[in-house]
This record gives sequence, structure tokens and C-alpha cells, in this order.
Amino acid sequence: MLATLPYWGVSLIRILGGIVAVLLPAGSIVYIFLFKMMSFMQSRLGPMEAGPYGSMQLFAEVGKWLQKEDLAPDGADKRLFKMAPLIVLASTFLLVAVVPFGPDAWFTNFEAGVFYALAVSSVSVLGILMAGWSSANKYSLMGGLRAAGQLIAYELPMVLAVIGVVIQAGTMNLQQIVVKQNNDKIFGLHFLGNPYILTQFVGFIVFMIAVQAELTQTPFDMPIAESELVSGYMTEYSGFRFLIFFIGEFATAGVFALIASALFLGGWGVPFSWFGWHNIGDVANWMNVVGPLIMFVKMMIVVFLIMWVRFSFPRFREDQLQRFAWKVLIPIALANIMLTAILKVAF
Amino acid sequence: MIAVENINVGQQVGFGIIALMMIVGAIRVVTNKNVVHAALWLVVVLAGAAAQYLLLAAEFVAVTQVLVYIGAVMVLFLFGTMLTRSKVGNDENLDNRNGAMIGIPVALLLLGTLTYGLLKTYKAERLPLKNTPFNIQQLSDSIFSHYLLPFWALSFVLLAAVIGAIVLARRD
Repeated sequence: MLATLPYWGVSLIRILGGIVAVLLPAGSIVYIFLFKMMSFMQSRLGPMEAGPYGSMQLFAEVGKWLQKEDLAPDGADKRLFKMAPLIVLASTFLLVAVVPFGPDAWFTNFEAGVFYALAVSSVSVLGILMAGWSSANKYSLMGGLRAAGQLIAYELPMVLAVIGVVIQAGTMNLQQIVVKQNNDKIFGLHFLGNPYILTQFVGFIVFMIAVQAELTQTPFDMPIAESELVSGYMTEYSGFRFLIFFIGEFATAGVFALIASALFLGGWGVPFSWFGWHNIGDVANWMNVVGPLIMFVKMMIVVFLIMWVRFSFPRFREDQLQRFAWKVLIPIALANIMLTAILKVAF
Repeated sequence: MIAVENINVGQQVGFGIIALMMIVGAIRVVTNKNVVHAALWLVVVLAGAAAQYLLLAAEFVAVTQVLVYIGAVMVLFLFGTMLTRSKVGNDENLDNRNGAMIGIPVALLLLGTLTYGLLKTYKAERLPLKNTPFNIQQLSDSIFSHYLLPFWALSFVLLAAVIGAIVLARRD
């Protein structure tokens, strides 16, 4: 289908698809997990007034935020203050560009896909530092500095956890990693494919913990710790700039979950042996429609894990957080790489 | 000399626009009186370099540029400046005009040497336009076979730097 369209048509579809792939997960995550799941875990109903079961609540909230005045503190560095949330959101949009959703439903078939994803995810740190500094507020600055220290510390275990997958797949291209997982066999069994969560379970756990920290979700939410720092680097933001931070937070959660499902859970594919496919060329065209749905379901499962941890655990202390990254996660991830490399050579 | 055939017009236009942004950014880095703004202009220059690598179809180098320079080096720069001088506003001492007397000649000398060296070495020779996609496996194969010794030497230098940092930072 895509082959018959002109280049600009394909590009336009990809750009629109990218916007959908960022905003739709963000909206679903906020409604299903933040509004409903958290409420049920706390024995309350959550929003019920706007629409059936409060499903229109999100639109009401967005409308409320958009109406508010675009405020900036008097002493703030206004230009940087206004730019910062956009940089955070831009990093999310750059991130989704490498996620494959089907045999032809990809945005960029990037050879260094995994590496690119890890690189652009660190761009959001710049936005957070800018937000913290330009607010001219001690709490904001401390939140920004905490966020930077935390994101740098947890980027390493994340990169190292992914290297195990890259070694096993022999490629950095996310599309090929997905194909490999659905085409391989495990213990001579073909019907499951070989989702890397089975062979790279340690890597998956380290990756998910690091993602939790990169997203500054609760056990790792010192940058916005409300009892210490008001709201960290977001303290001075209101109106639609706060909305952008808010969308950025949950959209990034969705995109990281998409990347995690592509790396560890078999991505958009079903095990190819079910339909007698042997490589990506055999994959039927309907996978371009079913693939995104499979990705969406897997993303919701991964985000469910993230949110479950978020609503269950108390916050770490700042020194515990740093110690956990450098003394626990990084050694485990390094050991995982060595073991994977040895097994890769042995088999 | 630069040959006129075989030019990819889109790439040339892209190069021009990004190069202009990089030049403006670089000038703003040295003339800006606000240290955080100067650091952020440096981000523009480094991101421009990454974009140029992408135009040259060097994906891996471009991504490395983003990961190392924007994701790590610049974040540490900003982290350091914000931690030590967190004042919002201009610092009149920052723009060191006297440095221009040395800085501009050195920059021009560097430009001249590089241009001379490149033109003299390669003359009319041009890299062939490749239509094959970039291959990371080839890159890693060459790093870990052909260039293994330099790679080890670099790793050793980095290890020394890491140990040095620990020695400097430890108080006991």
C-alpha cells in the first residue's frame, strides 16, 4: 500500500503516525493508569463526572490548562523558561522515530536504531536543566540538578542492559531485532519465537528499573519530590507549559514502553512460524494494521508495570538512588554483557 | 579543486543552512555575557555538527556526537555552571575582549592550516558517493581488528582519566 504513494505522501503519513504514536499512548496512560488504576488501588472511584466513567476528564483538564495565562516569574530568564518544556517534548518525538510498528509501518528504518534512541533520550536532560535554572527559584534549581544527576546515572545501566540484546540479535536496528525475536527458536522450539525477555531477563529487569528512573516515576522521583522541593523544576510552570511537561512525562513513558516491547517482548510481530513466514519479506500486509495494535497492547502491559511500581513504593533517598545505580545496577548489567557474550560465542 | 558534477543539491543546501547556524552559534558562544546562554549556544554548534555528520551519511558518528557531546559533556558543563554560579543574568566580566587579540589569529591560523592540509593532500580526489547503506558491523569489525591497538590505547587513557577523577574527588 505504502509503495504506491509518492514520497511526500509516505512522509506525511509517517509524521501524522508519529504524532498519534506519542499522544495516543500518553492519553491512554493518563486516563487508565493515573486516573483509574491509582484510584482503585486507593479504594476510590477517580474522576466520574466528565463523560462515561470520567473518560472525558482528560479533555476537560487540557481545556483548563490551555485557558490559563502563560505566566513566567519576574526574575526568570524568560526565553529559556519558555523554551525548556518544548525541548523535553521534542526529545520524546525524536525518540518515537525509531520504533517499528509493522513490516512497513516504521518511521525511520535506522541502522543504529537502539543507539539513536539512547542518545536522543538524553536530550531531555537539557530541557530539564534549562527549566530548573531559568525559573530563578532555589527549589527549581535543586530539582533540575537532581534530575540531571539522576538521568546521567541511570542512562548507563540502561545502555548496558540494551547491549545484551544487541549482542544476541547481532544488530542495532530495532526492526531487525523484532524480526530476529519472532524468527528465532528457543531450546529448539519454534512456536514461541525467541522474545528476548526469556534469554535476557536480567537485562529486562535492569532496563525497566533504569527506565523507571529516567522517567522520574515514584521510587525515583526526587527531582520533583513534593515534600522537599514543592515540585522541583516544574514549580514555576503553569498553564500550557505545565501541560507540555505533563504530556512529555507520560508520552515518554509510553515511548520507552514501546522500545522495551520492541527490544524484549517481540515487538509488533507474532512468531513467524505460526504463519509459515521465514523473513520480513514473507510477512503478510495485514501485519501493518495488526502490528500497531499488538505494540499498543504490549506497551500498556509494560506501562502497567511501571505504574504499579510507581503507586506501590516509597521514594528513595538521594544517596541511596545514586548508590543503587553505580554499585548495583551497573555491575549487574556488566556481568550480563559478559555472560551474553560468552554464551553467544559458545553457541 | 571541487568538481561540479555529481552534486546532491538538497545536501548542499542543507549543509549551507546548518553551517550558517553553526557559525552564528559559535560567535554567540564567545560574545555572550551570560555563561548559561553561552553553553546553550555551544549545544547548537555541537548539534549542528551532528546534523552535518548525518548529511554525510555517517549515522553512527552523528549519534555518538549527540550521546557524548550533547547528552553528557554539555549536561556536565551546565550542571557545573548552574551548581557554582546559579545567578540569572549577565556577567560583565565574561566577554574577554583582550582574548580576541590572540584568539582570532589562532583561529585563522588553524583554518588556514586545515584548508591547506586538506587541499594539498586530497587535491582533486573525492570520496566516492556510496549508495549502500551504512553498516555498523563493518565499523565494529574494523575497530576491533584493524584499529585494535589505537582502541586499546584510547581505553587506557580514559581509564587513567577515570582513576585520576576518583583520586581528585576522594577526600579520605
